Amino acid sequence: MSFLPQVAFLIILAVAVFILAKRVRFLKRNIQLGKAEARNDQPEARWKTMLLVAFGQQKMFKRFIPAFLHLLIYVGFVVINLEVLEFILDGILGTHRLLAPILGSVYTAAINIFEFLAVAVLFSCVVFLFRRNITKVPRFQKPEMKGWPTLDGNLILVIEIILMFAILTMNATDQILANRGDEHYIALGTLFFSSLIQPLFEGMSTGTLVFVERFAWWFHIAGILAFAVYVTFSKHLHIFLAFPNTWYSNLKPKGEMQNMPEVTNEVNMMLGIPTDALADTPAEIGRFGAKDINDLSWVNILNAYSCTECGRCTSECPANLTGKKLSPRKIMMDVRDRADEVGKSLDAGGPGLEDGKSLLGDYITKEELNACTSCNACVEACPVNIDPLSIILQMRRYVAMEESGTPAQWNAMFQNMETSFSPWKFSPQDRFNWADSVKEEEISD
Amino acid sequence: MAEMAAKGESPEVLFWVGCAGSFDDRYKAVTQAFVKILNKVGVSFAVLGPEEACTGDPARRAGNEFLFQMQAVANIQVLNGYEVKKVVTACPHCFNTIKNEYPALGGNYEVIHHSQFLQQLINEGKVALKGGGEFKGKKITFHDSCYLGRANNVYEAPREVIKALDVELVEMKRCRTKGLCCGAGGAQMFKEPEPGKKDINIERTEEALATGAQAIAVGCPFCLTMMTDGVKNKERENDVKVYDLAEMIAKDMGI
Repeated sequence: MSFLPQVAFLIILAVAVFILAKRVRFLKRNIQLGKAEARNDQPEARWKTMLLVAFGQQKMFKRFIPAFLHLLIYVGFVVINLEVLEFILDGILGTHRLLAPILGSVYTAAINIFEFLAVAVLFSCVVFLFRRNITKVPRFQKPEMKGWPTLDGNLILVIEIILMFAILTMNATDQILANRGDEHYIALGTLFFSSLIQPLFEGMSTGTLVFVERFAWWFHIAGILAFAVYVTFSKHLHIFLAFPNTWYSNLKPKGEMQNMPEVTNEVNMMLGIPTDALADTPAEIGRFGAKDINDLSWVNILNAYSCTECGRCTSECPANLTGKKLSPRKIMMDVRDRADEVGKSLDAGGPGLEDGKSLLGDYITKEELNACTSCNACVEACPVNIDPLSIILQMRRYVAMEESGTPAQWNAMFQNMETSFSPWKFSPQDRFNWADSVKEEEISD
Repeated sequence: MAEMAAKGESPEVLFWVGCAGSFDDRYKAVTQAFVKILNKVGVSFAVLGPEEACTGDPARRAGNEFLFQMQAVANIQVLNGYEVKKVVTACPHCFNTIKNEYPALGGNYEVIHHSQFLQQLINEGKVALKGGGEFKGKKITFHDSCYLGRANNVYEAPREVIKALDVELVEMKRCRTKGLCCGAGGAQMFKEPEPGKKDINIERTEEALATGAQAIAVGCPFCLTMMTDGVKNKERENDVKVYDLAEMIAKDMGI
């Protein structure tokens, strides 16, 4: 018996694990470029949110058809990966269908379930390709989707289709060989879905069939490992990050903007209010608001890497719907792309954040920021609880407080508020004038 | 408020009028309607009058945190000075800011929106609706305000108030969590929209008109302005009216 296949398998596995570990470190470091923010309170509520939103896909089901198709792929992914455990054991030990004799008829039932799911995944991927490329669902046609994002989306679907075909081909040829009495192959009884494609292979010689079966096996396992690596370069990262991302969800009311304690201290000092300033002020105040990714919270960057560019946010955004430049999805993609750019530069010993570029200006324009109505439709729409609004508002703070770059009409509103404590120019003494008519009516009564 | 405090009285609730409620010609009618309801029911309430300042919401959303906090801290000093415990307001932006954002600056109050307050009064039987009033049997649609709905999960109170008027409540396609913004939030009220194909309030008004409603009910001063402008733009101001919830209740009560 030759050990060559086992050695080859171990090498492939080791390379995949090595690359994956490197990618995970890269992503973790990029996320940690963001500012520290405690999001560990209320663990019970967090587990519950994760179970409902990520595991249970609760928010996906606001749109039933894509949710159902997505559910098939999701369940397929999770369940079929159980079989990958056997693949890995077989690969290392040089066995074939290691678990079949141990599990007996349960094994056959399990393979039938995997095959059903493989067909379901195949079906969903085909429909998704159709929606993206033939019926052209509008949210996949927005400007930020041009080029790589569209290719990425299609590649993922095509790769999944090919992987599912590999499983079915492997099972079909495996069982023909078993039925021909080849000693390496174990007859499993009826495998419903793969038996449907058996006629394609029945005319082949035993030697060819062994080749096809082995090729499908290697292709599937190497394909899965390669896909796992690909995922870390892709928007498809949501399959892992959706879980931590929902765990670290914002649990406060959506309308609440985060306070800036460093401003509170200054305001209190200005107004002569005693404050325990020294207690909770950071030694050095950085920028006010966010100009680049390191001004954002690490949660914002985690959000960005968790985004799978489905565009539900953008399709609900009132600004985007009415033709403004703002697209919440683009905000998330920009944050991710900037984090990638900085990360790569750091790894290459480059300037990182000091490369003369920034999130504001080079990626996101003021026009986009200024179009937001802070309506929270994007936050509500996101199936994995991403919060584009938080990023927009932090960037507006930078524009207003560091650049004084807000639109003229907002500056006028600021002035009114400073001088007459109202966004409109009215005398504060007239605040109670509305009551005059009520009083008159009451007197006349 | 100052008068009551001088007499050593403390009101059950402080009515936070807000800038639109104080200065906007159209919206002053909403303030007056709500106050008439409170008077009729005999709720003990006070207003701050000239001591009230903008909550700072538009400044904060436009990015000016300093200005927001200046307004907020000053307001909190006044509110805490009068030992205010409970605040009611008709403006979802004031509601959100005082309820969610003042605590971090030392202002802790029970804050409710007037839709919730009206619902309570109706449920307790304190507001006696005549039924068969002006709105009876009419088709009314309710426009969800972002700062009431998504921001604070208040969806049912305003609907309960409208239903109490014995009307036919018709929903727009995008309602509740999916409600479309009127276009004024995030300080948009105070500037021209960015370049685009269409104004947001027109998009929303078209949706409201498509329900065939004879009136559009709102619970927010900015939404009231935006929807009213939208209806005018569509030249439907003669047959479709835009009302605040308080106005509808006051009309039905005949006050």
